[in-house]
Amino acid sequence: MSVAVLSTNRPRLARQVRLQWDPVRERQVLLEPEGVLVLNQTGATILGLCDGERTVVEIVEELRGRYNHVAGDEVRDFLTRLVAKRLVELGDG
Amino acid sequence: MDRPYGMLAELTYACPLHCPYCSNPLNLADYREELTTAEWQRVLTEARELGVLQLHLSGGEPLQRRDLEKLVASARDLGLYTNLITSALALSPRRAEGLKAAGLDHVQISIQADEPALSDRIAGTPSYGRKIAAARLVKELDWPLTLNVVLHRHNIERVGRILDLAEELGADRIELANTQYYGWAWRNRTALLPSRAQLDGAEAVVRAARKRLEGKMEIIYVIPDYYSKYPKPCMGGWGQKQLTVTPTGGVLPCPAAHTLDLPRATVREHSLEWIWEESPLFQRFRGTDWMPDPCRSCDRREVDFGGCRCQAFQLTGDAARTDPVCHLSPDHQVVAEAVRAANEGAERGEADLIPRVRTTGGLESERSVP
Repeated sequence: MSVAVLSTNRPRLARQVRLQWDPVRERQVLLEPEGVLVLNQTGATILGLCDGERTVVEIVEELRGRYNHVAGDEVRDFLTRLVAKRLVELGDG
Repeated sequence: MDRPYGMLAELTYACPLHCPYCSNPLNLADYREELTTAEWQRVLTEARELGVLQLHLSGGEPLQRRDLEKLVASARDLGLYTNLITSALALSPRRAEGLKAAGLDHVQISIQADEPALSDRIAGTPSYGRKIAAARLVKELDWPLTLNVVLHRHNIERVGRILDLAEELGADRIELANTQYYGWAWRNRTALLPSRAQLDGAEAVVRAARKRLEGKMEIIYVIPDYYSKYPKPCMGGWGQKQLTVTPTGGVLPCPAAHTLDLPRATVREHSLEWIWEESPLFQRFRGTDWMPDPCRSCDRREVDFGGCRCQAFQLTGDAARTDPVCHLSPDHQVVAEAVRAANEGAERGEADLIPRVRTTGGLESERSVP
């Protein structure tokens, strides 16, 4: 039932969520009405790039410039899970 | 030891409503010496240092505190996600704008039913119209809106119409949670516990609505735990993820835990860090060492943590027993008996609800529901 994330989509954080640094846990966290998502570094970087302007392809390229191993499918899976939870919204390609 | 993610700040137990399932303590007179603004600000700072990221501002009715805007602003400065849980009667445009300017992140409004007469009867006061106006105001100010609906025998058959109302109001989320039987709700249990036929009907409606509204509105549906096979994992484990601070500074692992005969902990005497990490109250049921059989050897001991300590106490008189909701509990017959009575009574018509009586300034006022 989940929405497929296309390479041409331009993801952005949903308006009810906030991405911020937690100095207590020393991790990036995504805050939403009923929960907290503690992010690993890759997840935090991906969400930091979800500005509604970059496409998924551009986000993957940007990640490849920063990390050695980046699988496009994994990035799309990660975004698909967050879209299903309504934490990320998709702008059209 | 885990750090807490969420804190429920019960700012005051004053409230304009008289809901028959009120979860506040019965002895409100004990809660008059409320924390000051400065005391709450210290608690918020300590909470953030301890790891809290989400602040749920509740009560009673949090809008009764005139310093709510100030507390929201302090919380936002600390990096807390702020969530207002309100009856919304006092959410005037002026206060809403003040809260928006202070940085409030999210608003949850309670509604009692989808139409004025029943809603006002359950709330014990005329309130429906103002709640709907406040919900519209929340959307106009571009806040995410959650509607909270406590379900019970008197409104559960209207779930479809309640969902229609939520959709019409543009709610982002709706929480349809069956009553939990503590405090005042315990007094009304017979009148509130739905029948199995009512639950089956509501679940079918919720399933269809989830499909129809996918991606548009999130629907959270909580069945009455009396009907489940296993108990609820109360608060995600005792002293594991959440804490509650009462209007007078008492700190609790869950909002109902004031009913238990355990040592107290208060921010007026100790730091939040000490209370979380060291206090006997928070240590008492943390982890699995305290568990009796059948929990001790159960595969689910880290899934539901033996269920709810307050329910175990309420139903057996001993907070350290297995939650009797669990079908494996030696005390399960007390729950089975209540469920049987609710189903035998399915056709006997509506039992009377006793509206919540609130004490204000030493004056007790009895109210009756027409």
